[in-house]
Amino acid sequence: MLTARIIPCLDVRDGRVVKGVRFQGLRDAGCPEELAETYEAQGADELVFLDVSATPEGRGTHRHTIQKIRDRLSLPLTTGGGVRAVEDAGSLLEAGADKISVNTAAVDQPSILSDIAERFGSQCCILALDAAERSSPVEGASAWEVVVRSGKVRTGIDAVTWAKEAVERGAGEILLTSWDRDGTRSGYDLELLRAVCSAIKVPVIASGGADTPAHMVEALEAGADAVLAASIFHDGDYTVAGLKEELATLGVRVRK
Amino acid sequence: MSSSAPRVSVLQTGVANIASVLAGLKKAGAEVTPTQNIASIANDPFVVLPGVGTFGSTMQTLLEHRLVEPLKERLNAGAPTLLVCVGFQLLFEQSEESPGVEGFGLIPGRVSRFPDTVRTPQFGWNSISPDEDCAILESGFAYFANSYRAETVSSDWSAAYSDNGGRFVAAVERGSILGCQFHPELSSSWGINLLTKWLQR
Repeated sequence: MLTARIIPCLDVRDGRVVKGVRFQGLRDAGCPEELAETYEAQGADELVFLDVSATPEGRGTHRHTIQKIRDRLSLPLTTGGGVRAVEDAGSLLEAGADKISVNTAAVDQPSILSDIAERFGSQCCILALDAAERSSPVEGASAWEVVVRSGKVRTGIDAVTWAKEAVERGAGEILLTSWDRDGTRSGYDLELLRAVCSAIKVPVIASGGADTPAHMVEALEAGADAVLAASIFHDGDYTVAGLKEELATLGVRVRK
Repeated sequence: MSSSAPRVSVLQTGVANIASVLAGLKKAGAEVTPTQNIASIANDPFVVLPGVGTFGSTMQTLLEHRLVEPLKERLNAGAPTLLVCVGFQLLFEQSEESPGVEGFGLIPGRVSRFPDTVRTPQFGWNSISPDEDCAILESGFAYFANSYRAETVSSDWSAAYSDNGGRFVAAVERGSILGCQFHPELSSSWGINLLTKWLQR
């Protein structure tokens, strides 16, 4: 039987790991390849590195960062942020990533998902879906809309419908982030998770709001296959190993 | 790299990445070379066929590079060969993923899709239960990324099994041939240890 995956997420800007609240107020959280090695030793099941560089120079360093991480890491490595074209995906895969996550570019141009899936396989093609609660209900739509450009732009696109379309286009997994909860440590948005997980058949990674093992149990019960967290690991509240111990006592099957 | 490091040729069969496989083999102590060279396949002490693409596209690429016969010869001779993910699936006769495409056919039967009762692709860590006669494979957890799987193998192979909506074949071994549905290179220290053991065959 599969175990629940625990995935530390590291935002990288100009070659350094950073973390903020609701994608803003970034602060330095360490060296990418050293943190990768630490998390692997602690028992992380997979790692996600998102490039949040604001400049082309910063983006240029990301490929090199991935190479350095790959040399040290024997875990699945997902990367994204700034992937605009199928060539960007190819370059990052060649550098050592195993999966590519696409966010804003997929909303702007959904065919990028099918392009990546056809060229490299659906197992490489991850949709990063940032969803925010709508300010007012829309008839015939779910309660969430897709946000892009690091949460700065609300698109009005229905989050659940978009998840379904992305899977039809070839996304092999969905990294589902609640923009409302990101960095707040108030728990995952369980309603959002239930809505998306019941609509699609590919695995879903829950993201945004983790603070306690109980939050993760809730997310897994809501249908998530994996839980992603950043703050609780970077701030030193939990090691991955310590977290897995607690999850195991709460009845979650984890790899130890 | 010491001169005694085992020399491993990794077949470049597609467009996707082999960086993880190269890094994993280096950690296991190998001296690795990406190759598409037929002569190299026949003579190199260790050869790896990484898992890239679909059953059909991988077979097509191997045919285009005229690598199918040299690979089959290696396998029939029992030369040290590691086949990963789709590479492993090519040991079988056919796959539901690419109807009409013939695999190597060293193991009778057909690779088929996971049942609808589980999410696909299978992404994640699954427990490995090896048959008692396995010499390389050990129990533990391995990382999988696949939508298709084999359910049985013939008795001339030793196998390890996992469960995801029913029992499936996680890996097979016979002498110095190792076929893994999972990705040893992404299976942390357990996977690197497995690669090290294979390199000692």
